[in-house]
Amino acid sequence: MTSPLSVEEIQRVAELGRLKLSSEEVSEYTGQLGAILEYVAKLQDIDTEDVEPMAHAVEVQNVFREDEPRESLPCDAALVNAPKTDGEFFLVPQILGGGGA
Amino acid sequence: MNYTTVVGLEVHVQLQTATKLFCGCLNKFNPDNPNVQTCPVCLGLPGALPVMNRRAYELAVKTAIALNCNIAEFTKWDRKQYYYPDLPKAYQISQYDLPFSSDGWLEIEIDDETGETKRIGIIRAHLEEDAGKNIHDETGGNRDSRVDLNRCGTPLVEIVSQPDLSSAEEARIYLEDLRRLLKSLEVSDCNMQEGSLRCDANVNIHVHTDDGKTIATPLVEIKNLNSFRNVEMAIEYEAVRQFQEWQETGKTFGEVLKRTFGWNADRGFTFEQRMKEEASDYRYFPDPDLMPVTITSEQVGAIQQTVGESPVDMRKRFQEAYELSRYDASVIIDQGKSFSRYFESVGKKCGNGKSAANWTTQDVLRELNERKIEIELFPVTDETLGILLHKIELDEITVKSAREVFEILLAEADAGKSVTPARVDAIIDEKNLRIVSDTGELEKIINEVLRKNEQIVADFRGGKQGAIGPLIGQVMRQVGAADAKVVREIIVRKID
Repeated sequence: MTSPLSVEEIQRVAELGRLKLSSEEVSEYTGQLGAILEYVAKLQDIDTEDVEPMAHAVEVQNVFREDEPRESLPCDAALVNAPKTDGEFFLVPQILGGGGA
Repeated sequence: MNYTTVVGLEVHVQLQTATKLFCGCLNKFNPDNPNVQTCPVCLGLPGALPVMNRRAYELAVKTAIALNCNIAEFTKWDRKQYYYPDLPKAYQISQYDLPFSSDGWLEIEIDDETGETKRIGIIRAHLEEDAGKNIHDETGGNRDSRVDLNRCGTPLVEIVSQPDLSSAEEARIYLEDLRRLLKSLEVSDCNMQEGSLRCDANVNIHVHTDDGKTIATPLVEIKNLNSFRNVEMAIEYEAVRQFQEWQETGKTFGEVLKRTFGWNADRGFTFEQRMKEEASDYRYFPDPDLMPVTITSEQVGAIQQTVGESPVDMRKRFQEAYELSRYDASVIIDQGKSFSRYFESVGKKCGNGKSAANWTTQDVLRELNERKIEIELFPVTDETLGILLHKIELDEITVKSAREVFEILLAEADAGKSVTPARVDAIIDEKNLRIVSDTGELEKIINEVLRKNEQIVADFRGGKQGAIGPLIGQVMRQVGAADAKVVREIIVRKID
């Protein structure tokens, strides 16, 4: 069975997800992910001509909270799961350049 | 051959809410205490659920209304995926295809002298969360970067302009006018040092060749410009750089993907950063944790009511109603709405706009800066200052005396005493500062002084203008708060 996904696409997705894959894994996932896509592709058979696009699976809108402060975590609790800290900051290997936002 | 610069700006504005966009952690600039304003939601811990801050949405809508945008009846939030240490969820909650507002404009004044304006299109404004802050080792060593997530999840409005700006200067003016507007709306403090207003510039140039063709160069986005001056300098530099690059490579718009550049503010040049990931690589999809938001025209109308007078309209009104120069009016308005209200109230009470402007922009502003406080906390209220300045208009006290009263009022406030408008009169009496308007008494004293100083009077009559000084001085010593100008006039009248 030929996969609808190419090896290059899998490698690109792995790169975006910061996953390091062996060449065996790449070919294995190319087949597995392809099978999932093929399965989901069945949805394409449905006629959606007169169906409005949906932004959310739940028909609820306008869920707000008021702008009222709640207690935050103390610093040591915030840092507790971090692989590396100096007691105040999360420490990460040196990064260069700008991020998003 | 020449070229024009083409600029579109993306401005990120931090909204002045009490709490973050999706959780109850404080939205407060707090660099000295890193990682104390976080919780499972903004740390991106598994199972935590974001809930939209109503106030943030309302402030965002207010901003967009003031920018003449259409407010979408239906809007939703999407996940923008990318990996960066300041973004613990590995996605930013932002808006992709259905932003809450679009298609607006901001009118900027591109010429002070003529008042010529230009309308800059706004493509969209959307509401998203901010990332945390990375602090890099700048010693050149290889030390770890430090991450502070206090800012992570705070509300941002991103305002994307059309590429309607035709020079670095226009870009700066746009930012200045936008900042003035946002401050007057009280949606953001727009403090650039603290990162409340940040700007990315999309720049290219249109080269006009000698044979009448126009050629666009590849697009460059300059990231993280954190002052008006840097925006202007970076765009100016980049335009020249692109012209040179085009002459060398001949590459035109569309032949090169959009590139991301940084700006070295210390040395004044732009430099290429990473290649920008293609838009589709962010793999946007609707955030299933957040419900869409709808708004009715009645609700938009209610928020519209809170927008109020624009800074441009207010400036024009101040110039006219209080006979201020454009400069003076701008200085006041740039201090924000509360300060403008303070000025206006003082101006009305004292009846002299120019005097009110001088006092508020000089004496009051100096004290605010020294005390590092906002006008709301200034101990001399608009009413008190207005009453004090009105006394100058009534010729009850001199400007010099008014300054003395002002200082005494501040000193009393600093000593913990309550400073009421009634203190103005009391201090004037205590210090004997009231101008002696009873010229009968004044003339009696002047006659006495003149009689005792026949030689000086003779000198003055002989043409020695300076001789009048000691005469005025002697009178003033006896009457305390006489107006030196009046004393001089009477003496001159009597001697001549």
